[in-house]
Amino acid sequence: MSKDETLGEALRRQGITRRGFLKFCAATASMMALPPSMVPAIAAALEKAMRPSVIWLSFQECTGCTESLTRSHSPTVEGLIFDTISLDYHHTLQAASGSAAEAAREAAMEENYGKYILVVDGSIPTANPGYSTIAGISNKSMLLDTAKGAAAIVAVGTCAAYGGIPKAKPNPTGAVAVSDLIKDKPIINVSGCPPIPVVITGVLAHFLTFGTIPELDALGRPKAYYGQSIHDRCYRRPFYDKGLFANTFDDEGAKKGWCLYKLGCKGPTTYNACATTKWNEGTSFPIEAGHPCLGCSEPDFWDGGGFYKALSMPTEDITRAAVYAVGAGAAAGVALGAMNRAKKARAVKTHEKVTINDLEKGADDD
Amino acid sequence: MSASLQRGLNAFKEQIDAPVAAFFSSCVRCGLCANACLFYTETGDPKYTPIYKLEPLRRVWRQEYTFWGRLAKAVGLSKAVTDEELGDWEELVYDSCTMCGRCSMVCPVGNDITYMIRKMREGMAVAGHAPVGLVGATKRAVEIGSPMGVKLPALQAQIRHTETEFGLEIPVDKEGADYLLLLSSMEIMNFPEFIGAVAKIFKHAGVSWTISSEAFEATNSGIQIGVSEIAAELVQRIVTAAEKLKVKSVISPECGHAYMAIRWEGPNLIGRPYSFKVVHILELLDQLRAEGRLQTTGKESQRLTYHDPCQVSRRGGVVDQPRNLLNMVAEDFVEMPETGTMNWCCGAGGGVSSNERADEIRLKAFNRKKQQLDAIHPQAIVSACSNCRIHLEDGLEEYGMDMPVISLTETIAEHLAEDKS
Amino acid sequence: MTETELLLWVRGPALQIATVIFVLGIVVRIAGILMLGRKKNLAEARGSAVAGGLRTILSRSIPDPGTLQRSTFNVVAGYIFHIGLFITILLFAPHILLIEDVFGVSWPALPTPIVDATTVVTIIALLAVLIHRLRHPVMRFLSGFQDYLVWLVTILPLVTGYLAFHRVGIAPPPTLLAIHILSVELLMVVFPFTKLMHTFSLFMARYYNGAISGYKGVKS
Ligand code: SF4
Ligand code: SF4
Ligand code: SF4
Repeated sequence: MSKDETLGEALRRQGITRRGFLKFCAATASMMALPPSMVPAIAAALEKAMRPSVIWLSFQECTGCTESLTRSHSPTVEGLIFDTISLDYHHTLQAASGSAAEAAREAAMEENYGKYILVVDGSIPTANPGYSTIAGISNKSMLLDTAKGAAAIVAVGTCAAYGGIPKAKPNPTGAVAVSDLIKDKPIINVSGCPPIPVVITGVLAHFLTFGTIPELDALGRPKAYYGQSIHDRCYRRPFYDKGLFANTFDDEGAKKGWCLYKLGCKGPTTYNACATTKWNEGTSFPIEAGHPCLGCSEPDFWDGGGFYKALSMPTEDITRAAVYAVGAGAAAGVALGAMNRAKKARAVKTHEKVTINDLEKGADDD
Repeated sequence: MSASLQRGLNAFKEQIDAPVAAFFSSCVRCGLCANACLFYTETGDPKYTPIYKLEPLRRVWRQEYTFWGRLAKAVGLSKAVTDEELGDWEELVYDSCTMCGRCSMVCPVGNDITYMIRKMREGMAVAGHAPVGLVGATKRAVEIGSPMGVKLPALQAQIRHTETEFGLEIPVDKEGADYLLLLSSMEIMNFPEFIGAVAKIFKHAGVSWTISSEAFEATNSGIQIGVSEIAAELVQRIVTAAEKLKVKSVISPECGHAYMAIRWEGPNLIGRPYSFKVVHILELLDQLRAEGRLQTTGKESQRLTYHDPCQVSRRGGVVDQPRNLLNMVAEDFVEMPETGTMNWCCGAGGGVSSNERADEIRLKAFNRKKQQLDAIHPQAIVSACSNCRIHLEDGLEEYGMDMPVISLTETIAEHLAEDKS
Repeated sequence: MTETELLLWVRGPALQIATVIFVLGIVVRIAGILMLGRKKNLAEARGSAVAGGLRTILSRSIPDPGTLQRSTFNVVAGYIFHIGLFITILLFAPHILLIEDVFGVSWPALPTPIVDATTVVTIIALLAVLIHRLRHPVMRFLSGFQDYLVWLVTILPLVTGYLAFHRVGIAPPPTLLAIHILSVELLMVVFPFTKLMHTFSLFMARYYNGAISGYKGVKS
């Protein structure tokens, strides 16, 4: 693969037909909510796009994101797009290690300064730089260093986007998201634990086509993929609306495929594309497999009050609070009541007999 | 001792009880009670909204008996009720409230506003904010024995007159009689025919009865003005007389608030149950009817309606009896649109009639009765309260309506079957 | 504070605080009312006070024809928003879950589109009630700060609930949900100190009213 090959050339070299390529472009267009008339433009732009240099940094992560992106069952155009980018540094995937690998990173940075895309997975520890290092370099300084020359940063996975599981309470490493440290570069959050592969290729395709980053939501996620809640696109939604819920994982409701809200489904507060693109080549997604949504693409999903606790349920023991309040209230009420009674009794005692001569005001009193 | 704000507020504190607290806690300020009160409907002035008439009492409740109110008072955040305010409220509590109880039937949260007005007057009176007219009537009731100043000789004269006119004996101070008949001063002075009517009916039905020369006055200004001690003293006179004459029952005459006073408030005022029963004259007549002891002949052919005196029906519970009796003697008895426990007051109850200052608003409020009457156009109104009768007549005259107001007892007496008497 | 933290806080500690104030306040007030006591009635009864009281608790829910006619708007709008509140609070599935979690009892829910429509109707009714309060001479005359405050804290949960349910995009959904729960907590905190207490005290008020009348043989 030569560096100055265009994307089109690279795809064709790998045996992707024009038809397959256009299909991919059409799918990308629809995912990005662009009109079909844009497909030729996308195709033309991608055709000519130079293979971008991508530097991939992995910090406090579980490699799940990389797994998600590389474990496609059959080669797809999305997968091939991946294959055709110039992944100049990815310490899980690259053969080189140690100082040789770091040298490759520095070389790529230098060569493509201001143009490369920085992909980050994993959160960055800030409590102690020693918690996570690569070749003796702390995650934080590697991120700050590498970000300087990046055209844009893609924070892949909820850890990079929002801190993710490492940031879960009590957050021992002081984990933070990329956006907590980098303020002067465009950052695209591709959240999810892990994120859907096509979302990453889609974002890359957008960047290659338009040279800009896609429209983002308030949490920095591409609206095209995170614009609708799971709940709004969930095929179990009619059951929710009818009030038909599975109460346990093996009751009638569960077998009939009723809504999983009572089992703690976070679909109503989770924005992701799972319900539409699904996983494993569009096979299914967790709710379809009978498990409530965990809300993995949302910040702090791990601390969201219990995966199996319905969203409307309190996260603390309200019953006990109420019972104590009844007790305290009764005590306070009786105390106040006793004071009132004493006051009333005093009023009765102060009462002086009223006669007909008492009904007019005395001269000395007004 | 004289009246003072201090004594008034102290009385408020004494009067507030669990129902009052529940009522004030529940009011949602929906204003529905306004449309239940004739003083609002006929004036359109929001200050006549029933619950608003209690505002000073409500404030005392809040400041004295609720947590936040006590706190606010302690840190000086809420102002104490002033004498001026009570002065301002005098008109609302006395002149424009007949304690008719209609608002208490309507309030959606169930507030018995009338119950609270009655209590509020206890404080208003000792604070020196009772109407002059009512103070005068109360004085006469205590000192002379009748709010209108009627003395025994006047009664004796009416008795003699009735005896000769009807040729009947009217028993006075007869020990061991079954019933002791009370009278209201208005009956003695304005409607003496009532005495004859009762005598006729009782003779017909064979009722053993008497009148006491020591306690004949049934009305009780103490209740209207709101002084329990005076009210108790007036009730006690009757109780003493009834016990002395060893009667089994005391009859409240055709007077609404007299019935309220002697039947419902009396035992609570004197602090013990009676050793005798108390019945309203209509209750007794209906009982005689049910026992077959009351035979009538002929019927009134004119179109009649019945005006429920508030204290007899809504606040007293005598609702069906007058209708049973009327149906005996009336061919064409029609009910007014809102009737029975939902009837509209004549505008003169609750001491309003003793308070000349209230004449103007009373007559204005009578327009409510007029509308009720206009809906059915009766030829005569039957009622069972001499106070209602006088003020219905007054109102009808004011509005240029020509319609006699007659007593139910007298109407029955006129139709008594001859053979038995 | 992140949006999840906010949501957790309102579902947890804040709800606990609100519950304690709500329950404690109500119990104190009810005890305060009952402990003022009332005198035994010494007059001979004509009817049953208890039966009259219980009867009026129910019968006062139905207006007399005259009141319906003279105060039609109040009565009708009042019915609509009270029934609306009943439906939206007690027959919405997520709310039932909360009740089940706290009290251990549950009942079937209404379909969400019905609850949704009811919410809109209730909001409209409450808006109409406010306009009426501002315009009707008696209601305006009687109203003070508290009456408007109570109106506000009553309509807020409906509006925020509607926004949260439809995830109207003014804030991320967890925040919308948090705002909704917060607005309910505000209602709970304000509740015991205002006329909202009528929810509970009206049972006492109606009982006393009915008992006073029932004792005299009058149906009130
Ligand atoms: S299963 Fe989850 S996402 Fe699907 S309808 Fe139920 S609550 Fe919503
Ligand atoms: S008792 Fe009658 S007159 Fe008094 S406020 Fe109520 S409705 Fe009006
Ligand atoms: S009708 Fe009852 S709740 Fe409404 S304003 Fe009057 S007293 Fe208050």
